[in-house]
Amino acid sequence: MAVTKLSNSGIKTGILKYDSFLAGNTAYDPAATWLIQRVTATGGETSLSFTNIPQTYTSLQIRGISRRNTVGSFYNALQFNSDTGANYVVHWLYGTGSSALATGYTSYNYIFANRSSSSTDAANIFGSVIFDIHDYNSTTRNKTVRFFGGYDANGAGQIFNGSGLWLNTNAITSVTVYFQGDALAAGSTFALYGFKGA
Amino acid sequence: MPDTSTEVALATTTLGSAAASIDFTSISSAYTDLRLVVVATSTQALNAGIRFNSNTGTNYSGTGLVGNGSSASSSRYTSQTYLKLDNFDAGLDTTPVMYTIDIFNYAGSTFKTALVTLSGDTNGSGYVNRSVNLWRQTTAISSVSFYAASTGNLATGTTATLYGIL
Repeated sequence: MAVTKLSNSGIKTGILKYDSFLAGNTAYDPAATWLIQRVTATGGETSLSFTNIPQTYTSLQIRGISRRNTVGSFYNALQFNSDTGANYVVHWLYGTGSSALATGYTSYNYIFANRSSSSTDAANIFGSVIFDIHDYNSTTRNKTVRFFGGYDANGAGQIFNGSGLWLNTNAITSVTVYFQGDALAAGSTFALYGFKGA
Repeated sequence: MPDTSTEVALATTTLGSAAASIDFTSISSAYTDLRLVVVATSTQALNAGIRFNSNTGTNYSGTGLVGNGSSASSSRYTSQTYLKLDNFDAGLDTTPVMYTIDIFNYAGSTFKTALVTLSGDTNGSGYVNRSVNLWRQTTAISSVSFYAASTGNLATGTTATLYGIL
């Protein structure tokens, strides 16, 4: 049957009215930690990238495991916004298993961080690292990175604590995890997380 | 309704009385990494350790870096029967020590790597310790035990929380 007439006579009076559709609903409470993206090497990649990073977090964290598919340990490194200029600085406090050492580098083309394992080491040994990138979406300050990582191979290995600096005030919209031009073993994986709040 | 965080507290244990260990069992394999955060004291000076899946084989090793307030040093241990949290410092006692243990790819088929931080200060002495550790087993980790690896017990109030990270 077709509707031919509308009337308000059946509508109750005294109903509360709200200006927002959110009224009466549970407040939106975003989680503190978000997985933004995960990338996994199939073998042979010389870099892995996170692009189109949302600007809605307070800080970023990258967690990963890596292994080189050729002989000799290598360094994980970061570049931001595809900037390959000599705009990066790094300082290390690191241990070789017998000595504790500190050093620093300026005017580098990337933040090179921890050593990881390679085909020199027994199969299935991967290094691990955590990068924390604070204030990544600032457009007025340079960007500081903290990292902690290394590898152990039951008789060999190194441990790294470090800080890195990108001399650029642009907001970070992409991160490339770079392997000094060398190639990753299959199974190397990095994940990018966003953190809300302080 | 809150969105689901990618870091989830799976379980927390606070000791109501002294005990030899805090054990997390039947760990879901649904996450990528695990993080164990412990604030511990002990009934006497002792070394703390971690075992995965109750494995007592000589499958644990590590490389560490420690500062004691006056100098820094680095050392390693090899082919041990547990992950030696205090290999690089004085170990646990009655002053609280905080450990974080990040266990990567715990459900994967590679050997398992763990990054460990130890922070312990006693107003005049203390240690800061960072280490990378290896468990040479390819099986997924389904249980983690934080325990007193030498004579003595973990003291009342010792707290451990296990997090899963998607």
